[in-house]
Amino acid sequence: MSSRIISESLEWTFPLLERFDHEIGRIARDVYGLDTYANQIEVITSEQMIDAYSSVGLPINYQHWSFGKQFVATEQTYRRGQMGLAYEIVINSDPCIAYLMEENTLPMQALVIAHASYGHNSFFKGNYLFRTWTSADAIIDYLVFARRFIAECEERHGEEAVELLLDSCHALMNQGVDRYKRPSPLSMAEEQRRQEERAAYLQSQVNDLWRTLPPGPEIGDEQREERWPEEPQENLLYFIEKNAPLLEPWQREIVRIVRRIAQYFYPQRQTQVMNEGWATFWHYTLMNHLYDEGLVGDGFMMEFLQSHTGVIYQPEFDKPYFNGINPYALGFAMMRDIRRICEQPTEEDREWFPDIAGGDWLQVLDFAMRNFKDESFIAQYLSPRLMREFHLFAVRDDDREEQLEVTAIHEEQGYRALRQALAEQYNLGSREPNVQVYHVDRRGDRSLTLRHFRHNRRPLGDSADEVLRHVHRLWGFKVRLESVDEQGRVQLVGECP
Amino acid sequence: MSHFIDRRLNGRNKSAVNRQRFIRRYKSQLKRSVAEAVNKRSITDIESGERVGIPARDISEPLLHHSSGGTRDQVYPGNREFETGDRIRRPPAGGGQGGGQGKASKDGRGEDDFVFELSREEFMDLLFEDLALPNLVRNQLMGSTEFKSVRAGYATDGAPSNIDVVRSLKGAIARRTALGAPSRARIRELEEELAALLAGGAGERDARVVALREEIDALKTRIAALPFIDSFDLRYQSFTKQPEPTSKAVMLCIMDVSGSMDQVRKNLAKRFFILLYLFLQRNYDQIDLVFIRHHTIAQEVDEQDFFYSRETGGTVVSSALNLAHEVLRERYDPSVWNIYAAQASDGDNWDSDSNICRDILVDKLMPLMRYFAYVEITPRQHQSLWYAYQEVMELHPHFAMQEIDGMEDIFPVFRELFRREPA
Repeated sequence: MSSRIISESLEWTFPLLERFDHEIGRIARDVYGLDTYANQIEVITSEQMIDAYSSVGLPINYQHWSFGKQFVATEQTYRRGQMGLAYEIVINSDPCIAYLMEENTLPMQALVIAHASYGHNSFFKGNYLFRTWTSADAIIDYLVFARRFIAECEERHGEEAVELLLDSCHALMNQGVDRYKRPSPLSMAEEQRRQEERAAYLQSQVNDLWRTLPPGPEIGDEQREERWPEEPQENLLYFIEKNAPLLEPWQREIVRIVRRIAQYFYPQRQTQVMNEGWATFWHYTLMNHLYDEGLVGDGFMMEFLQSHTGVIYQPEFDKPYFNGINPYALGFAMMRDIRRICEQPTEEDREWFPDIAGGDWLQVLDFAMRNFKDESFIAQYLSPRLMREFHLFAVRDDDREEQLEVTAIHEEQGYRALRQALAEQYNLGSREPNVQVYHVDRRGDRSLTLRHFRHNRRPLGDSADEVLRHVHRLWGFKVRLESVDEQGRVQLVGECP
Repeated sequence: MSHFIDRRLNGRNKSAVNRQRFIRRYKSQLKRSVAEAVNKRSITDIESGERVGIPARDISEPLLHHSSGGTRDQVYPGNREFETGDRIRRPPAGGGQGGGQGKASKDGRGEDDFVFELSREEFMDLLFEDLALPNLVRNQLMGSTEFKSVRAGYATDGAPSNIDVVRSLKGAIARRTALGAPSRARIRELEEELAALLAGGAGERDARVVALREEIDALKTRIAALPFIDSFDLRYQSFTKQPEPTSKAVMLCIMDVSGSMDQVRKNLAKRFFILLYLFLQRNYDQIDLVFIRHHTIAQEVDEQDFFYSRETGGTVVSSALNLAHEVLRERYDPSVWNIYAAQASDGDNWDSDSNICRDILVDKLMPLMRYFAYVEITPRQHQSLWYAYQEVMELHPHFAMQEIDGMEDIFPVFRELFRREPA
């Protein structure tokens, strides 16, 4: 049987990579039915990997000092050996681009191909958030457009003006996404065609907005001005792009670019556990299948398992390496657990998961991958057994109390609370402050009022003032930030200027 | 269905622009670090890069986020002894489990510097950024003096060592193809005719067949006789000479080593010389150094002796200036060399000598110089040399003088001397 083994060597070559890709692709498609975009696998050096890191993993991006800062920091820690580079970067695009680092051994390359080009790839293609919120086929083109447009603006308006604008937009990036409404799909041709038209139109509309000045105090009936916008707006960048009175058309376009890139990353931030768990589960499954078919040898598997166990290591909370819950560990464990529940359900599983216990694991997993994000995935599928394995416990930190309180542990009464708490931890909506556009004083000083709706009384961090200055730069008039607590009391947090 | 691409040969420095922008943005902070680094550094490694720090809060990018406070629930792995309802003492802020989500480690370093390495180039650029070479008019040369060979395409004659083999052989192929073409066309025609004849039943002895064969052979011989390479094919790489502004500089280091200059002062002087040297290095391809030390008599010495050997005795500055003039006259033609001089002294001189110095400078040396910098390392009153030099300064704008008290003065003084002149 040993004749079937693809290679005993640790050194990779392009023919070997192609061979592995062929085999992994065959198993993924024919045996497990993974549906993927076409793959584009690029071999790069570690320096290029650092480059890729610093432009937030995108193959092409506009130029900005913050990417330079990222680059310098990454390079520094890498050189000092404080950090290994990730083995792979994969880009949600069609074709799906994955980077392999030249320094890796053959088993590592095979692992990365399975992980990125089949695991992540199928997740990008299948998960509802990615399907709804990103346009994989257009992102690269859009980035090319964005880069060129911003470079042109730099030529025309000066690097500094563009840089300051980008700084301000970046400060609001997390508040620049539509959470509920599907954004229109990206297309470079479309963008370019519409850009000028939009520029002219927007400018005229904005002028119109401010022309609605009161006809003078002649009548004297002090009807309170209606609040505008009528409903609070969650997407600050969108609101600014459409309504900021003083922005030039090219500035609006840049705001739009930052906003669209933020939107592109939004699903990734919501599906870390699932995405990594899915990809890890599949590289593990695919590698084992290769082994079962006799295509790889024991040495290969040892090498692979060594990396694999490193990736899914979860230190306990009081260990020095502890840095939160490892999304790879949790995700992988949950995916495996779902398979186990399907294949070998216990009494407990039948009680907790009556609809999937004993089902077809491929179908169940596929359904889970397509229709959930981290928060709902955990709320739906975290089993008591896993909570016990991880020895999970929930702690409540209330600043009105002297001490922390352990609210739930991995026991019968605690399972539901624990699961709820963990799911909530992955809810971006509560992880990030909820700040919305509340009011614009159209008749008075044109000031913009933002409201922070507090959740669990958690205050904003120190940098809020700084962010406010950035909002002011974009808006051009006074900006106010108010905070609303759970009882509906409003309190002024900051003002600029 | 997968597509492999080898990107390793693509340019690596994709982020170079972003890096440059980052450095430009934090230039003022970086300059401060660089200036400090120069003062702290030992002289020998002044040319390497430098680790510099920027306070992290200066470069943070603000985002809206929660701070501590309020109520939060966090789930942790690895429970061993806790039961529901247990109360735990709050761990000190910032450490342990305080932050969750990895914030602790990031924010915990909040006050640290963001430290990174500047390359040598970046370091030097920052160091010399506002400085301009005084009178940076490079010697413009016409006629004979200095030329640079540049490629200028290909020529049909030249020295055998300049033969471009590829070009020549390409030419040869073309020539053989061109000259052989009519013969080959004719051969094709004849062969077709021959084939037709033979197919038509003509025998080998048929007169026409024999004639055709002979003609074909003759043509083949003719093609074979075309020379593989002909002198006509030869191509030579051609170079022309372009006159170019000289990029050579000579730097004269003149130092007083009389008894009154102790090692501390010599070190100060040395730093000054080093800065000048580095500075010139940025502007010239080739720099010669001439070290002249003097007490009552002047000597040209090597660097080691210049800085470290001890001498005693009085001081006659003019001896060094005379020697400098001699060296220049013998070895450094001012039409080819950009000449710079830096003199360090504690200001002591024989009283009657100062006027002589002034005269030598004004009449002989200054007309040859791009720049002459004099630093006086003394905490005391100025003596006659200073006043004599002040007269020189009035006559020659490219003469500069400054006073240095201690280590921390050197760099500011250097900057002062070489400040970019307002246009």
